[in-house]
Order: sequence, then C-alpha cells, then structure tokens
Amino acid sequence: MTERDEIIAIANRLRWEVGGNFHDALMESLYKEAGEIARKTMRKKDGEFAFSLDRKIDKIVTNKWTGFPIMFILLALVFWITVQGANYPSELLSGLLVGDLYNFLRTSFISAGVPDWLTGLLVDGGYLAMAWVVSVMLPPMAIFFPLFTLLEDFGYLPRVAFNMDSLFRKVGAHGKQALTMSMGFGCNAAGVVATRIIDSPRERLIAIITNNFSLCNGRWPTQILIATIFIGGLVPAHLAGLVSAGAVVGIAILGIVFSLVTSWFLSKTILKGEASTFNLELPPYRPPRILQTLYTSFIDRTLIVLWRAVVFAFPAGLVIWAISNIQINNVSLADHFINFTDPFAMFVGLNGIILLAYIVAIPANEIVIPTILMLTVTHYGLQLSGVGVEAGVMFEAGSIDLTRQILEAGGWTVLTGINLMLFSLLHNPCSTTLYTIYKETGSWKWTVISALMPIAMGFTVTFLVTQLWMLF
Amino acid sequence: MNKVTANCENCPVHNAGNLIKLGIDMSDYDYVIALAGNPNTGKSTVFNALTGLHQHTGNWPGKTVTRAEGGFEFNGHKYKLVDLPGTYSLLSISTDEEVARNFILFGQPDVTVIVVDATRLERNLNLVLQVFEITDRVVICLNLMDEAERNGIEIDVRTLTKELGVPVVPCVAREKKGIPELLQSIDDVATGKYKCKPRRIKKRDKKLQEAIKVLKFKLNKVFPDLPNSEWVALRLLEGDAEIIRAVKSGEIGKILQPDLTSMKNEFTTAEN
Repeated sequence: MTERDEIIAIANRLRWEVGGNFHDALMESLYKEAGEIARKTMRKKDGEFAFSLDRKIDKIVTNKWTGFPIMFILLALVFWITVQGANYPSELLSGLLVGDLYNFLRTSFISAGVPDWLTGLLVDGGYLAMAWVVSVMLPPMAIFFPLFTLLEDFGYLPRVAFNMDSLFRKVGAHGKQALTMSMGFGCNAAGVVATRIIDSPRERLIAIITNNFSLCNGRWPTQILIATIFIGGLVPAHLAGLVSAGAVVGIAILGIVFSLVTSWFLSKTILKGEASTFNLELPPYRPPRILQTLYTSFIDRTLIVLWRAVVFAFPAGLVIWAISNIQINNVSLADHFINFTDPFAMFVGLNGIILLAYIVAIPANEIVIPTILMLTVTHYGLQLSGVGVEAGVMFEAGSIDLTRQILEAGGWTVLTGINLMLFSLLHNPCSTTLYTIYKETGSWKWTVISALMPIAMGFTVTFLVTQLWMLF
Repeated sequence: MNKVTANCENCPVHNAGNLIKLGIDMSDYDYVIALAGNPNTGKSTVFNALTGLHQHTGNWPGKTVTRAEGGFEFNGHKYKLVDLPGTYSLLSISTDEEVARNFILFGQPDVTVIVVDATRLERNLNLVLQVFEITDRVVICLNLMDEAERNGIEIDVRTLTKELGVPVVPCVAREKKGIPELLQSIDDVATGKYKCKPRRIKKRDKKLQEAIKVLKFKLNKVFPDLPNSEWVALRLLEGDAEIIRAVKSGEIGKILQPDLTSMKNEFTTAEN
C-alpha cells in the first residue's frame, strides 16, 4: 500500500468514527452565521419591496404568452436597424475600397512595370479579398454588435435563458444551454468554452455539438446581406428592410429549432440521459452605459472580428487568385472544381462556386461572401474595372447593387439566396471552433461528429427546399 | 506643514494618483491578488477598473468561465490581478467554479478580494465565510452600493467590518467609486500593515477536530508543499470523490503550480 492509499484508508476509517452528518452541520452553521451578520448590518427601508420595477418587467418579458413574442420582436428590431443603417456606409466603403483604391493600385502596379502575375496575385487576389471583407462586413458589424451588447448589459440574456429553459429540459438538455447558445450568437468558439458552466458531461457535450446552430459573428453579415438582396428584393422598397430583418430572424429561430431537435435526438440516442436541475439567477436590470458599451463593443468585437477576417482574407485572396489562374488543360483549377461539382450542387439549389467558397472559407466564415464574389468574377470573366483588362462586363463598384449584379451574373436566383442562408446556418463550424471543441472535449470522435453532422443536415435541408421549390 | 503632507499620504484619494494600470504587463510582480465572488457581482468590472484592460463584461451570471490576468502598480508595488469565474461556494463541482476554487485554495494569492453584491448580502456572505476558512488575507469589495441604495437597502459598513474582521470597502465599480479606497486596503493587507482577523465559524466538535489533525499530519508528510491541507483533510472526510482521486493519483500536488500560460492562451483563443 502506498502512502497515498494509506491516507485514503485512514480517511475512510475516520469518516465512520466522526459520523456522517458533520457536513450538513457545517453548512448549517455557515448559513446561520451569514444570516446573523446580515441581520446585524443590513437594514431595509420601509416602503416598496426591493427591485419592484425589475419584478414588473420580469412579469412581462418572462411571461408564458408575451415572453417569446417580445424576444422575437427585439431580435427583429436589432436586425432592422442593422439592415437600414448598413446600406449607406456599405455603399461608401465599397466605392472607396473596391472601386477607387482598387483601380488606383492596379494602375500603379502596371505603370511601375510589375509583372502581370504578381499584380494579379497581390491586387486582384489578396487586396481585393480584403477590400471586400471590409466593405461587406464592417458596416453591419459596427451596428449589430453594439446593439446586441446593449441588450446583454441591460440583463436580457438570462431572461432569454429563463424562457427557453423548459424547452431545453424537455429535449433532455441542460437549461443553461440557452446561455451558451446566446454566447454562440457572438462566437461559436466562445460559446463552446462557455459550456463549462454546465456540470454534467453528457449535457455539456450536447451543448458543444449544437452550439454551431447559433449564427455567429462571421455569419450574421452574410445572412443580412443575402436577405437584403434576395428576400428584401421581393417586396416593395418601403417594406424591404422589415422583410429582410424578418428573414434573418427566421433563420435564427430555425437555428434554435435545429438546436432543440438535435439535442433531443442526441439525448435519445448516443447521449442518453435525464436533464439535471439547476438554479438560474435573474440579475437585476441595469441601465447600460451607452458610450462605454459602444466603445468596448467596437474594440472588443467589431475590430477583433474584422481583423480576423482581414487576416484570413489576404491569404484566401492569394489562394483564390492562384486556383483561378493555375491551369490544367487550359482550364483553371477552380473551374475544374466548379464544373465538376455544379451538377451535384444544382440538386441542393446551390452552385459549384458556393461549395468551393465554403472550402476556402473553412478558417473563417467571414470570408464566404467575398470568396464567392471573387470566384464568380473570375469564373464568368466579369470585370470590375476597365484598367488593363480586355473588354467584358463592367461593374460600377460602389453602386449599392454591385453585389447583387455580380451574383445575378453568376446565375443566382431567390432559391439560391434562400439555400445559401440555410447552408450558412447548417455547415461545419470554422476551424477555430473545431479546434476549441477538440480542446474542450479532448476527443476526435466528438470533433468529427460536430463537423460532419451539420453538413449532412445542411445538404438534406437545402435538397428538400430545392425539390419543393421545383414542385411549385 | 509636514503633518499635512503626512495626512495626505494616508488618504486613499491622494494615493489613487499612484495607480498605474499596467494592462497585460505582469512582469516581476510583488503580489498576486485573486478576484473572487458570487456570479454577476461585477468582478470583471473591478478587474477592468484596476488594470485598464477591457475584459468583456456582461449582466449575466457565468460570463467569465476562465481566468483572466492583468497587472497594476500601486504605491510602488507591482500587482498581478487574477479575475476568477464566479462561484457560489467552494464545494461546487462545475468546471468553471473549479477554476475559481483551485486558484483560491492552491494558487496561494497574497490577497483574495471578494466582490460582494450589496443587494444580496446574506447569500454572498456564505462564500465569504467559506473563504475565511482557508485564508486570512481577504478584502471585501462591497459592490453595487448604488443599486442597494436605489432599492432602499442600507448597510452599516463599520459594523460589517467589525463582524467580519477584514477591510470592507463600499464601491460602485461601474463608476469607479471606491476604487482608490479598495486599492489602499489591498495594499495594506498585502504589505501586512493591516492584520486581518477573519471571523471563523464556531469550533467543530472534538472528534472531527481530532480526525482532521490526524489526516492533516499525514497529508503534510506526503505532500509537504500542499497549502490548505486542512481543507483537503475535511474534503477527504466528507468523501469528495474528486479530491480522493486527486490524492490517490498524487495529482493534488500538481494543482499547486497552476499553469498560468496555458490558461491564458485558452482564454485568448476563445475570445477570438
């Protein structure tokens, strides 16, 4: 017997001698003592109960009938403000970065005698990808994040968790999963780390695997952009903002539904078990400090996410340019892939370019749209500027319709738009999130499941939508 | 004239000018400060106020799940501040609470600052009394005083200080009210200028005392560097499966050196 085992043996023997209930006695005296001190030092003024206003608000926002509608309306309001507010700055940035600066760089490179391939690689590849990321991503992020942070500081998130708790318990998951899900709305990697607040390993795994169904920073702008172009375009202009916001809320809710269904499926099959109980504390409402929130959400979220996007965009741009220009049998690598996968992609209402973009964008969801745009431009021989390239389709960069024009030239329809929004919700997590999942679970098996399950679901759902669409 | 200067130097408001926020620069620190408390009491807000960092804060319990670290300098002493996840009790089992528990127990901070929600004093005191069981050097940051006032709650800080036997500093961390006084108290306790006499709950029965003594002796022999062996002994008697496992495998000795860098990285990755 080692000395360590001996300690345990002694402890086991002594436990009998001491008797079993000393722990309860200890806790009891602790609570008694705390109560005594509080009574001696704390005084409650006469009058209303503490936090009476909070209770009144809670009665409404956690009410069985009004709780969920208020949740959806708040979400819709946030998106509506984002959609409305992002238009003008997007236009400005795109005109500046994808238009003027791009033309200027290209002209300068050519007049400086830089070889064509290097100009292509650096300007048409790396620079253009970065410019697109900034102009497409920055405006919605700069509006959406502060709004979301304000809601969080106010104390609304735990109420969301409170509303959702019974739903999660019914599907055999932990009620706190509503909180980790909300964290996932910011960043899935952060959401996966946040699952540490869940004690039971079974429920924690469910929360980790399903966190991907929370749309993250990298996917909100994609949703907002595509909804604005394809869904908002279906209705008269004055309704467009509202309808686009509604569509994004719809996708977000669909994500929650998938999260619940998948949790239910997992807890009935490979992760069997009962939901455990817990205490959820509803913190008091606190008036957010607007300026500080604007500042920190800009620094903490907007700039960090944008920086990550730019860092990933430059090499992605190089890769895109390279696969679009390295040729086998006079056809570029990208075109080989696109032509090969196009027939298959048609079944699920997408196209080969989108599939290729999702492979290129595994490191960061943020660069999906810029990648799609660049691949579409090169695949169809579209032209962004008149400088140094033979005649082709000319686009006026900076017009609000640039993205729409490029996508429509690439054969996109409303169906493609809807399917892209669905696929953006249902596909593998980004590589950072996958790495985090591996670190948190320490298991390849669960990491692989977390990656493959959403893809399978994505293809199934888009396939069904496409087939239904074809019927009608 | 001299006397006036001396008084000024004793005044925390004057000394607040000596606060240098070092952000993430934590080189050659003199003291380690742990920031503990119930969930959602404003630990991260206090952390930001002291270090000048912008650790994400949010109004919900469970927002901080990993440790964050930062530095500041006060009165010529360099401090490393560790922001811990919120915990209701040192007997909890979830991973985030374990991070807090292990650090307070085995990380041996020079001062443990417990951030207490003034509007929920009684419940918060449960944790305070538990921490008193394992360390003397505690400063209470009585936060959210504005909220308490708004809700008609009055707290007699002087009596509370006397009852607890450690400095109690009323604060509104969001508005940086009370931060200079908090700094002064931390400094006083860290340098030993203020001798804490934390209130301990009444002596346990004789049999239990004897059993703890026997186990403690044995533990100290096998793990000579183990701090808080009394707490470990108590947990062994209670049959805490996790602690039994850690003693059996010898891991309990390793919790001693919490790997600071890997924790830090984990946090950074998650944020990005």
